[in-house]
Amino acid sequence: MTSLSAKIQDVFDEPACDTNRGKDAKARKQGCSKPLTPGAAAGGCAFDGAKIVLQPITDVAHLVHAPLACEGNSWDNRGAASSGPTLWRTSFTTDLTELDVVMGQGERKLFRAIREIKDTYAPPAVFVYSTCVTALIGDDIEAVCKRAAEKFGLAVVPINAPGLAGSKNLGNKLAAEALLDHVIGTVEPDDARPYDINILGEFNLSGEFWLVKPLLDRLGIRVRACIPGDARYIDVASAHRARAAMMVCSSALINLARKMEERWDIPFFEGSFYGITDTSEALRNIAELLVKKGADAEILDRTETLIAEQEAIAWKKLEAYRRRLQGKRVLLNTGGVKSWSVVHALMEIGMEIVGTSVKKSTVEDKERIKRILKDENHMFEQMAARDLYAMLSKHKADIMLSGGRTQFVALKAKTPWLDINQERQHPYAGYDGMVELVRQIDLAIHNPIWGQVREPAPWDCQPAGEDDLASRKNGTATVNAFNEFAGATAHRFSDR
Amino acid sequence: MVRILRNTKSAAVNPLKSSQPLGAAFAFLGVEGAMPLFHGSQGCTSFALVLFVRHFKEAIPLQTTAMDEVATILGGADHLEEAILNLKTRTKPKLIGVCTTALVETRGEDCASDIANVKLKHAEELAGTEVVLANTPDFGGAIEEGWAKAVAAMIEGITRSGARTRQPKKIAILPGCNLTVADVEHLRDMVESFGLKPVILPDVSGSLDGTVPDRWVTTTYGGTSVEEIRELGTAAQCIVIGEHMRHPAKTLHGLTGVPYAVFQSLTGLKAVDRFVSLLSAVSGAAVPDGVRRHRAQLEDALLDGHFHFGGKRIAIAAEPDQLYQLATFFTGMGCEIAAAVTTTDMSKILQKVPADWVQIGDLGDLEVLAAGADLLVTHSHGRQASRRLGIPLMRVGFPIFDRLGSQHKLTILYRGTRDLIFDVANIFQANQHAPTPEALDPFRKREMPDELRSSPLTRH
Repeated sequence: MTSLSAKIQDVFDEPACDTNRGKDAKARKQGCSKPLTPGAAAGGCAFDGAKIVLQPITDVAHLVHAPLACEGNSWDNRGAASSGPTLWRTSFTTDLTELDVVMGQGERKLFRAIREIKDTYAPPAVFVYSTCVTALIGDDIEAVCKRAAEKFGLAVVPINAPGLAGSKNLGNKLAAEALLDHVIGTVEPDDARPYDINILGEFNLSGEFWLVKPLLDRLGIRVRACIPGDARYIDVASAHRARAAMMVCSSALINLARKMEERWDIPFFEGSFYGITDTSEALRNIAELLVKKGADAEILDRTETLIAEQEAIAWKKLEAYRRRLQGKRVLLNTGGVKSWSVVHALMEIGMEIVGTSVKKSTVEDKERIKRILKDENHMFEQMAARDLYAMLSKHKADIMLSGGRTQFVALKAKTPWLDINQERQHPYAGYDGMVELVRQIDLAIHNPIWGQVREPAPWDCQPAGEDDLASRKNGTATVNAFNEFAGATAHRFSDR
Repeated sequence: MVRILRNTKSAAVNPLKSSQPLGAAFAFLGVEGAMPLFHGSQGCTSFALVLFVRHFKEAIPLQTTAMDEVATILGGADHLEEAILNLKTRTKPKLIGVCTTALVETRGEDCASDIANVKLKHAEELAGTEVVLANTPDFGGAIEEGWAKAVAAMIEGITRSGARTRQPKKIAILPGCNLTVADVEHLRDMVESFGLKPVILPDVSGSLDGTVPDRWVTTTYGGTSVEEIRELGTAAQCIVIGEHMRHPAKTLHGLTGVPYAVFQSLTGLKAVDRFVSLLSAVSGAAVPDGVRRHRAQLEDALLDGHFHFGGKRIAIAAEPDQLYQLATFFTGMGCEIAAAVTTTDMSKILQKVPADWVQIGDLGDLEVLAAGADLLVTHSHGRQASRRLGIPLMRVGFPIFDRLGSQHKLTILYRGTRDLIFDVANIFQANQHAPTPEALDPFRKREMPDELRSSPLTRH
């Protein structure tokens, strides 16, 4: 068994995963990714998943060892934000040519590429990603990285997650393994404190973690490492000295969280910063974990005070939208965002949820959604584009919140749509983020273009056109002049 | 009810207006073989000329009566006569469009009778050349008024009056000065696609589109012909674009009985739908496939583009009809008009501008009122305010001297609206601010909790 397949077996058998625990021994061995269906598969590969997880580490040079497509077709496509270094947005690839592949020059080219990057950019680390072709031709990126690290005195980290290994989700986990094997624990911080935490799986999309971090700052809690959003290499390398961790969003990095607990005794909980109640719950959990690990219990009271104050402000802001959004019907079609807390806030201001996908939700989440929605029929695993279109074009929803993939289903069905996945332009985390989400919903639903595009062209819809004209009878001279002509035929004109 | 805020300042700061005679000359430039003539001192002409050249990057025919000290005291009739005769001999124009300036109007010259005298006295010499007069003192109005007065003057002076046999397919179109060369071209194509024969007055698409003639021409080349102006009365229908063209249309109606329909703007899906319906009704033809396709493209542009517009605050400074055209475009996309500044309070269209108030003023006013807006919309002179405020500028109107091709930008009908959506969305995308921890900090000075409109989280 090669080391990669051993690794894959290892990450599939995740003891901290509820789903995995629920399986029998045989099913567990088969792993958690469903086999892909050729011709009907969607979503990224393992390389994609690994790169997504690691790339937001801002001061690292991310070098993709591949022919052009892997990096050339995918770079600079995500909106994670950095408060400092921008190297992560510079794209590096070995851009293997046919000759490189045939002549077996891949490893040498990779080595030279690492040297060029080191000479030109002097990053604290280079992450080297293997891909399908370089895995297939047998380039030993681990050996190259090891040699380069020795030779250049630089952290050079192999990320062994070629696309053919499996799905994006698997790639997320393999990336976490790479961090565990090569990065975390390699630097010993000299400033460890009892209020240090890690945030795992937070990507700082559109800078949204900056809506949350000041809340932690106010409580005296320091984020030792936010992995990967706005992270520096050294933060990640010294992340093992945090006292507690929060695992955000889906279970993509669950192996990272669990293994950090095993190796360095960092307890973690799973939480979300989306929605008001979830944000509060996350703050509460962080404080409790820290107290368990020896922090002063007074932080609990301070946390409650902050929560009460911030919730009050947020609800008050949201209340202002009630008049405009009450009774509006929302269709949530998303995997990533833990939607129940968002659902809760939307319903709290009078919006109606006409459907939510639960594809990536845990059993517990599904239960919560069920309790809130009171109607199970509104839950669906996944909806085909055709069904979605049919539903939206019958105006069964006033807005769809989803990822980019179904954007055009909504738009072509002339239905307002808001991006709540990774390509989105707006920060939605924390209390202010929830207000922003509602504000964006309001803007989308009330944009005057809907009135324009939903009406058929006047010449395609004569009766409506005539009504329209009649209703304008008392309008300006302009309209009257027009009525005179629109009502007449060309023949009558020529008679005049 | 829009509140019109009158200008209360004594010092205009960074003017928004260009002068009224410039607007009149602009209209004359849309006529074939025309030579606009400023009746005033040399400077009046040269400033306008330079501005035209900077905008169009073309040699612009524009002459002056070169009033000097003596003429200013004794009267300019001789200068006018000499100028007309000189122009006739040297450039053989088909039309001399006299635009008065503040200088001769302040003197109180009776230019109309001066010109009548010249025509009488030199009837033979001036055969084949029309001379029309637009009274356009610089101290009144701006481009719009000058443009409209010149068109009305041409209709009054040239168009054969009386009821005529109507040609059922002939449509007279009187476009406002806010239509670009590309707009006029596209308008013609659209009208022709219904099997109609448009006569457009003025037609800057023929004369100011930058074609390179095979010889040196000292007048305009291309544009509406004088003969076409003479025969306007045989049109079955007159279509007016822009409120400021209502007056010329009324003049035509009064002279010839040609009925008119006013379209205050041809930008935006609904306005264009109405226009297309009219063309269909007048021609009796079905809407052509090409037009339907453009409509569908606009629908898609509305869908794709609206994300960039919702909740944005727009500050516009433009002449009244263009202000209306753009303000309705922006509000139709979900924007809010944060500031509306215009040149004169004479236009009725201001009451329809979708803003709480319209300030009569200048770019200095715009700069004050636009603070906090997401986009400035005005001509090239807005660039300094844009830089100082750190707000991107969308260049519209006249003059645009620091960008090429403004005359070829489409702003009307389905395609023009589509292009505007993309232009604006691209400006927003090009000026996105990267998020920063400081801007997102929830403990920053918060705005009113129930503030619905503006959010510091919006980045582009």
